[in-house]
Amino acid sequence: MNTMKRRTFLKGTLASGVIVAAAGAGLLRPSEVLASEYPAGAFGQKGLDETMKALFGTSDVTKSDKIKFINPPIQAENAAVVPITIETSLKADTIAIMVTKNPGTLAASLDLTSSSLGYFKTRIKMAGTSDVHAVVKSGGKLYSNDVVIKVTVGGCGG
Amino acid sequence: MARDIRIKTRTSGGSTEILTMVNHPMETGQRKDKKTGKKIPAHYIEKVNIELNGKLVASANLGAAVSKRPMIGVRVKGAKAGDTVKVSWRDNQKESGTQTASVS
Repeated sequence: MNTMKRRTFLKGTLASGVIVAAAGAGLLRPSEVLASEYPAGAFGQKGLDETMKALFGTSDVTKSDKIKFINPPIQAENAAVVPITIETSLKADTIAIMVTKNPGTLAASLDLTSSSLGYFKTRIKMAGTSDVHAVVKSGGKLYSNDVVIKVTVGGCGG
Repeated sequence: MARDIRIKTRTSGGSTEILTMVNHPMETGQRKDKKTGKKIPAHYIEKVNIELNGKLVASANLGAAVSKRPMIGVRVKGAKAGDTVKVSWRDNQKESGTQTASVS
């Protein structure tokens, strides 16, 4: 009986040993794991909490002024091309851009590695005036900051 | 044919900004063709991977809300002039593309 258990135990350790060895040999490089994960489920979500849950598994978020929007357009001239630049001094694993008034809240997210800095620049479409949230995952926790971007529909300033 | 990918790098203050733009329509699936009245199917880039000297440095996940001709900018540490930047993308219709450039 004891021998049997020992066998099973040995088999178990052997199997997990192979996975560790494969990871060590570069067969399961983190980059490939990271590159394969497109968070399809998070993109269709509506609402900040739902989107954060779908993307990060939690909606427990702390507001942080260590996340900054660089020169955000207070009044966007073209709703189809709104420039967004986010910078953070937090050690970011992921930076996500969420627009509450868009049909899908999540606009884009960026997965970072140890050789990239907390910086994400892109251009997004906005359905209308909305608050735009930058959500940063750092050390397993979520931090965010937000800015309101006005969108002029029809092209006349107001 | 292949969709044009532009890559620009700018080094300042010990880090390098990598800017990339893909010539892609980023159709949301909400727009209608004016002539036929039919909806134009969603067609957008989902993934943009940025590598430096063969190592993945950042991976962007895009939705249809990213503007057409999507631009992605990231900042990396330790890039030197002549280093290789590789950008690869794929979209929701299984199209893909790759482009390499050197850090300037």
